[in-house]
Amino acid sequence: MSETLIKPRIEKIPLTDRLTQKLPILLVPLLATAGLVAIGSPSTWLTLTVAGLAMGMMIFIMASGLTVVFGLMDVINFGHGAFVTVGAFIGFSVLSWLAGWTASPSVPLNLSAVVIAILAAMLLTALLGYAFERVIIKPVYGQHLKQILVTMGGLIVAQQMIHVVWGPDEMHLSRPEALQGSFILGEAAIEKYRLLAVGLGLALFLSMRHVLKHTKIGLLVRAGVENGEMVEALGYRISRLFLIVFMTGSALAGLGGVMWGLYQETITAHMGADIMVLVFIVVIIGGLGSIEGCFIGALLVGLLANYTAFLAPKVALISTIGLMVVILMWRPQGLYPVVKAK
Amino acid sequence: MLTRLLSGDMPRSGLLTVLLLGILVSLAFAPFLFPGTKSLETAAKICIFIVLVASYDLLLGYAGIVSFAHTMFFGIGAYGTALALSTTGPTYSSMIWGTAAGAIVAGIFALAIGLFSLRVKAIFFAMVTLAVASAFAVLMSQLSWLTGGEDGLNYGVPREFKPAFKLIDEKILDVRINGKLLLYYFVFFASAALFLIMLRIVNSPFGRTLKAVRDNAFRAEAIGYKVVWYRTTATVLSAVMAALAGSLLAIWLRYTGPATTLSMEIMIDILLMVVIGGMGTLYGAVVGATIFILAQTYLQNLMGLAETATSSIPIVSTLVAPERWLLWLGVLFILSVYFFPSGIVGRLREGRA
Repeated sequence: MSETLIKPRIEKIPLTDRLTQKLPILLVPLLATAGLVAIGSPSTWLTLTVAGLAMGMMIFIMASGLTVVFGLMDVINFGHGAFVTVGAFIGFSVLSWLAGWTASPSVPLNLSAVVIAILAAMLLTALLGYAFERVIIKPVYGQHLKQILVTMGGLIVAQQMIHVVWGPDEMHLSRPEALQGSFILGEAAIEKYRLLAVGLGLALFLSMRHVLKHTKIGLLVRAGVENGEMVEALGYRISRLFLIVFMTGSALAGLGGVMWGLYQETITAHMGADIMVLVFIVVIIGGLGSIEGCFIGALLVGLLANYTAFLAPKVALISTIGLMVVILMWRPQGLYPVVKAK
Repeated sequence: MLTRLLSGDMPRSGLLTVLLLGILVSLAFAPFLFPGTKSLETAAKICIFIVLVASYDLLLGYAGIVSFAHTMFFGIGAYGTALALSTTGPTYSSMIWGTAAGAIVAGIFALAIGLFSLRVKAIFFAMVTLAVASAFAVLMSQLSWLTGGEDGLNYGVPREFKPAFKLIDEKILDVRINGKLLLYYFVFFASAALFLIMLRIVNSPFGRTLKAVRDNAFRAEAIGYKVVWYRTTATVLSAVMAALAGSLLAIWLRYTGPATTLSMEIMIDILLMVVIGGMGTLYGAVVGATIFILAQTYLQNLMGLAETATSSIPIVSTLVAPERWLLWLGVLFILSVYFFPSGIVGRLREGRA
């Protein structure tokens, strides 16, 4: 026997290729640095960056459900904004009902009121998601045109029902004592609530990644995204899996709604529809169906929106559209396109 | 002659023919049949919305593309005419070049968006247009030095179109023959002409190919039709038509603002009109727009009556309050997407067969 063993060749990926793969992640610090250069003053920049990250996290919370639902079942829910609004209204109702707790100086009481409000909002929006999926979306699987129309109809009906239940006026509510005010870091003022939003969003992203990458249900979801029929053939009921994901997505939208409502301290019946514009931009930037892309897209949009709101307020919304255009020219399917095995 | 005028696309249903003739006659003689300012306003709005909804149907019903930027094109047309009339004075020439500029800009915008996002997926296009349109609406209300912001623009129209202008002194059938009436007939005939042009487009070979692309893009591509080209052309055509409808609205109202042209509510109204009237047939736009606007104007009074009648029952009375009319239309919309996606017109045509 001669020594003609074929050595396994491990291909070394060139640095440039590896860098291109990682490039979307690098965009966030890149944008932050660009912002620092443009703004000049570090303390203003820090305040704006925290605000941008907080906004991005909240948008991520709302957008994540939408993008996973799309990836898994090829369903885009134009009525997703309704869950945001309903969540916000339920949260505000609970908080005003617990007014004694939120006004008291005790921090645990404050926070438990917020937690109860969030849980109530998430529970009810999950149930609403169940009803929405069964009644509105189920009959139109696989038909994009009808999906868009029907979910839009669902949005109209939901908005009108909010008017019926909560009346036509907007609701105001100040944040609980513990979440008001800000820290002073050097010369920069950082609102407590924004830090909380950043922390919560980050925790949610990490746990979502953990669930998707390291649990069985996550494995099924990822497999379902790639090839739903195969998962079905292996004996898992993908429609039930989808229902769970849809309800989770709705609950997250409700959570996002409460957080956004507390951030703005004012909610209206059409707030969900307004935020949906940003959510759609984020989902498009990230690549339909990709959770990482959605996260990065949300951070980019949040940062850019805050920087431009400071530098040139009139073009703030246009700037996010510009970002979308630039990213789509670079990657027509979004930052992390989801590859379907079909 | 009639077949030529309608491009061979006959109503194909007795009841539908009666309905369409009824609408045509009512609109043609609206100033005489239904005297009063409110009914004339309603009639003109119906004319303009028939064009607008038909142009949307060109996209949704014939090409199978969902766009949420239709009000943007409508608004571009309206603002084009409005800006021309307010900057260069109320002359016919400024009316014409404003309208032309609006239509061209709308066409270019549509081309850009189409080339950009129609390659990927229908759903993608819907999302991109939604984002672009809402950004445009915000931009228009921000650029107040140009567009008057939220207040919009007020301007004059040529002298012959003003209510003070009298064509003849006597009244005909108790109706004053003034500039307002002339303007109404200008809007009516322009709308009718635009509608017939669109009917011509959808019944041409181009329209048939568009339907083929809608039903099976893959097969159409395989036969040798450039799918992206057809979709983009349909988008541009429908944008130009929407812009022209916007110009008509601008001339009729002598006012242009975000609320009358760009708002998301109007987009949803258009969507409801197309689906309830019937997708994929332009007559659906006629029926849908007429029913919807009549309902918008007069159903609310009826619901007000219902509210007072049921005021003792707490939940029911809020549900039938006039402000909640959109709730019922939304329900009707969902039901019609499920159970009769071809809308009223489709139903009537099936009923005959």
